[in-house]
Amino acid sequence: MGSLPIRSANFERLNKARRTVTDHFVTGLAILSTIVVLVPLVAILGYLIYKGASSLNFAFFTHIPAPVGEQGGGMSNAIVGSGVVLGLASLLGIPVGIGAGVYLAEYGQGRLLGNIIRFTADVLNGVPSIVMGMAAFALIVAKQQHYSAFAGGVALAIMMVPTITRTTEEMLATVPHAIREAALGLGIPKWRTVLSVSLRTASPGIITGCMLAFARVAGETAPLIFTAFGNEFWSFSLKEPIAALPLEIYKYAISPYDEWHRLAWGGALVLIAMIMVSVTLVRIFANRGVLKGGH
Amino acid sequence: MGADIRVENLNAWYGQTHTLKDINLHIPANHATALIGPSGCGKSTFVRCLNRMHETNPIARAEGTVRIGDIDIYKDAAPVEIRRRIGMVFQRPNPFPTMSIYDNVASGLKLNGFRNKRVLDEVVERSLKSAALWDEVKDDLKKKSGASISGGQQQRLCIARALAVDPEVLLMDEPASALDPVSTAKIEDLIFQLKSQYTIVIVTHNMQQAARVAEHTGFFLTGTLVEFDKTHKIFTNPSDKRTEDYITGRFG
Repeated sequence: MGSLPIRSANFERLNKARRTVTDHFVTGLAILSTIVVLVPLVAILGYLIYKGASSLNFAFFTHIPAPVGEQGGGMSNAIVGSGVVLGLASLLGIPVGIGAGVYLAEYGQGRLLGNIIRFTADVLNGVPSIVMGMAAFALIVAKQQHYSAFAGGVALAIMMVPTITRTTEEMLATVPHAIREAALGLGIPKWRTVLSVSLRTASPGIITGCMLAFARVAGETAPLIFTAFGNEFWSFSLKEPIAALPLEIYKYAISPYDEWHRLAWGGALVLIAMIMVSVTLVRIFANRGVLKGGH
Repeated sequence: MGADIRVENLNAWYGQTHTLKDINLHIPANHATALIGPSGCGKSTFVRCLNRMHETNPIARAEGTVRIGDIDIYKDAAPVEIRRRIGMVFQRPNPFPTMSIYDNVASGLKLNGFRNKRVLDEVVERSLKSAALWDEVKDDLKKKSGASISGGQQQRLCIARALAVDPEVLLMDEPASALDPVSTAKIEDLIFQLKSQYTIVIVTHNMQQAARVAEHTGFFLTGTLVEFDKTHKIFTNPSDKRTEDYITGRFG
């Protein structure tokens, strides 16, 4: 009996040493993984700034592309075009995606239609973007007999929907049941509970999902080749082909001219900056007036 | 003013499980009535049948008659209307975390489309005063989230939120079981004050609590109402052997 406390103290000490080593090891692994993720990101961004910043000047943002052989020119039409196509894609894709996510989380649990939507969204998420472009081509461009900004927006919207739907569903599932009960117990109708309580509580996660979907399609080139097509000139019409940054970058980067390569780097830098600025703006806007919970 | 509650032949099921069996009971207006019994005896299901929250679970159903005042809640009105007249306070405080203290209290009115700001201000102040929370939060009404205050304050906030829609009945499902003794005492004081204006039904595991706040007590066991009488009678001279066994701690 007398030896037991000593033995258990030894055991305790050994165990403690092992636990400390394991703790440090796992923390180290986590830090290492973070670095592994960050290095390529920072490297790409740094290289982009290094290569692209020098080609950015006033003309880049105000002029349309110059004909081959002429110096100067810019990508103003592509910057605006990307804005138009992405704006349209968000306008179509975000409401549909959130709506489908709400159905899955609040109404479609255990129903056949819910399972079909969930399965479709997961499959759609894995479809190559060029296939999305072909689908939009077949559905819109082939019918209308011409390329258009509208077709580009639709192609990107379809790509946004599955990500937004699944994120919305998952974020709504994290809203505690007790909070829904509180609302129902006050005699608030279900649709209002979903809108003002469930969605509002889940909104930070849903906004993140929308931003991820937006950032992903902002750089898509393949679906736009068959739809928005590209345009060397100004166009604001949804019915006409329109220029977009990824298309310009693609065209300029595979061209044989040094001047165009320079512009491609500039375009890539502007594209990344546009994504970062819009994501940041949405975050600031979404966090305004949000009260922080205590726990 | 509160309304009385008449329950006739109430039965409830969760899927195949028969959780409430032929409950008959008259709960008088403007009094506090306690429901006691071991876990799983059906007392929570019973209060959830009184405001038709029971049926929000897709596999649950209920049959029988429940009259609150002069309305038969399973015949005369939609569940949403019933729940506006019968407030509910849950076991764990459940304020809306994204809303301010003010918006939490106003939510029952606002989310039902009521917009008059001056009236809302009045209702919020009156409800928070009734819930004995006004003095503690009046400076942070719109600055703090409903989830940022302490657990006991959150529960009183939930009571204020329930009172703001001016219900006739207040159902409380173990409202103090997740709280510390000081907060529990505050909730009990509150029940004492509120019962002059509302009919209060409180489910509790704490028999001293039942004895302290309620004029009438019902004892539930395995889905049946074993005994319902004056609280004093239940705790000093119960007519049923099973009630006596339970309150003397012989089981449960």
